[in-house]
Amino acid sequence: MHAPVVTTGRDLRLDLFRGIALWLIFLDHIPSNLVAWGTIRNYGFSDATEIFVFVSGYTAAFVYGKEMRERGFIIAGAHILRRAWQIYVAHVFLFAIYLAEISYVATSFENPLYAEEMNILDFLKQPDVTIVQALLLKFKPSNMDVLPLYIILLLLFPPILWLLQFRSSLALGASVLLYVLTWHFNWNMPSYPSGHWYFNPFAWQLLFVFGAWCALGGAQRLSTVLQSPVTVSIAAAYLLFAFVISLTWYLPGMSQLVPHWLEELIYPIDKVNLDVLRFAHFLALVVLTLRFVPRDWPFLKSWWAWPPIVCGQHSLEIFCLGVFLSFAAHFAMVEVSGAVWMQFLVSGLGILVMIAAAGLLTWYKRAEGRSPGSRSRKTPDADLAGGEA
Amino acid sequence: MKTPVAATLAGLAVALSAPAGTAVAAEGHKCEIPGYLLSGNNELKHVAEAVKKDRRLTIAVVGTGSSILAGPDGPRSAYPARLETALQQRLPSVAVKVVTLVRTRMSAEDLAQGMAKLLVDEKPDLVIWQTGTLDAIRRIEPDDFRAALEEGVETLHKGGADVILMNMQYSPRTDIMVALGPYADNMRVVAQQHEIPLFDRHAIMRHWSDTGAFDLYAAGKDNVLAHRVHDCIGRAIASMIIDAAHLGPVEPKAGE
Repeated sequence: MHAPVVTTGRDLRLDLFRGIALWLIFLDHIPSNLVAWGTIRNYGFSDATEIFVFVSGYTAAFVYGKEMRERGFIIAGAHILRRAWQIYVAHVFLFAIYLAEISYVATSFENPLYAEEMNILDFLKQPDVTIVQALLLKFKPSNMDVLPLYIILLLLFPPILWLLQFRSSLALGASVLLYVLTWHFNWNMPSYPSGHWYFNPFAWQLLFVFGAWCALGGAQRLSTVLQSPVTVSIAAAYLLFAFVISLTWYLPGMSQLVPHWLEELIYPIDKVNLDVLRFAHFLALVVLTLRFVPRDWPFLKSWWAWPPIVCGQHSLEIFCLGVFLSFAAHFAMVEVSGAVWMQFLVSGLGILVMIAAAGLLTWYKRAEGRSPGSRSRKTPDADLAGGEA
Repeated sequence: MKTPVAATLAGLAVALSAPAGTAVAAEGHKCEIPGYLLSGNNELKHVAEAVKKDRRLTIAVVGTGSSILAGPDGPRSAYPARLETALQQRLPSVAVKVVTLVRTRMSAEDLAQGMAKLLVDEKPDLVIWQTGTLDAIRRIEPDDFRAALEEGVETLHKGGADVILMNMQYSPRTDIMVALGPYADNMRVVAQQHEIPLFDRHAIMRHWSDTGAFDLYAAGKDNVLAHRVHDCIGRAIASMIIDAAHLGPVEPKAGE
């Protein structure tokens, strides 16, 4: 069943890194998981979310940009909106699973040590309000913040993509301006019961639009800058700096070594609004990746690279599966054991299930492609366009 | 770095074993805490002064539901009472008083507003401020949470009290349902910037869970686990206070 990796002239590095990002997001979403110590969020400012949003912007522009040029704004725009709808349905499906798990916990858990934590379940007392707020994307349980961000980004994407095609610098400039204004005026979308979106779409759009801009020729324009030894050295130095700072979070003896003025300058590193330090950290990772991972790297076509690439090529499905698997892993840890061996077991099993599911989806896609009644190939390939999610 | 605190804890276990019986001594072995989780560079100057000059120490615990325990023996089993007992034993020549001002379902902002009154009513040398859980559950804006922390800490500092911030409990059964991260981070930042100790209850309980000292996944109604955890927390705060106020060497106790 090992299908050779699908190659359609697209950059397999994108699928590879998106697949790895999906695994890391899964690992980070399992609470109390020692394996999550291996994920990149512990070694610098940015984490898998940045990779995922950037690659998604890149692939969305790659697939729908081509369609917009060939078939026009209306058709491509309609396909983008249909994708947003699919993601909305996926989000609601995950919410149903989430409700099932926590309702179970609510009725089975009575430890007096955690009387205060049981307030988490207050929202179950008002299902009328909570479920409507969830459908409006205002009530978002933890770990379910990413899909709503994508829905908003895709809803706004058709005009942005149009502008990117004709005035790419203007589109990128507008995105940066929105980011700056968001920081200045504290814009965000409201959440229920209080507060704001965990991934502020007005800030995170910068990464998505930047990815799209790179896909539509921006990367080539930047290539001389990105490849220059000066840029590479600055990027490496910055990554080292971020690594040292991140060590101070976990080795408290070291936190005394960070000068006070530096703390004042960098903290808090704001994930909600895509802190500049996080964005810069992601850019530095990109610079080093481009420098050391060439597009025609033979490894990309080897069997070893197949598991992450195939996951990256079915990102919406595998992302949703990952959220479900993180709930399931947590459930198994609560019901069976939370011991370290169990943490390794559920982490490993989860990734295997993700790979198997992605392989199955590839097989489905090929079987469908051969059947007579299959959809016109003019429709953008939903798998390869999976990047929107 | 690890040795002094380990020694302190070992001393603590010895100190407690005589009056409280062997059961407690056995527990002392069970809930060990790595030194880096209790020691830091931030000092408790008012505490040091009160103990050395006045031979008395008044501590106020301000917090929410996780600072109390239900049931008839709840008040004397919860960590504030355990802290008082531990300090009385370790500082026998000092009049130690721990008062609790716990109000359930209060956000950091609600608690911060009560700090000025607390200073007048109780005149504490040290305030242990336990917060964050309810803010995380209600998803209060992290910036607002941080502003409330800063307001509370500054009020207490102006009023001449030391502060220890205490963050959330580690609760493995419910931790998939609430994102503590931004709130824990903000508490850490506020503690660093105001140079006050942070009692990292979350990391400490996580350590106990990972090492098997306590089964925090347990679901039963049994009070024993809650009482043991609170006892360990109370004694750990006592160690932190003694360390941060440099009270260890000046209080040599015969026979310890």
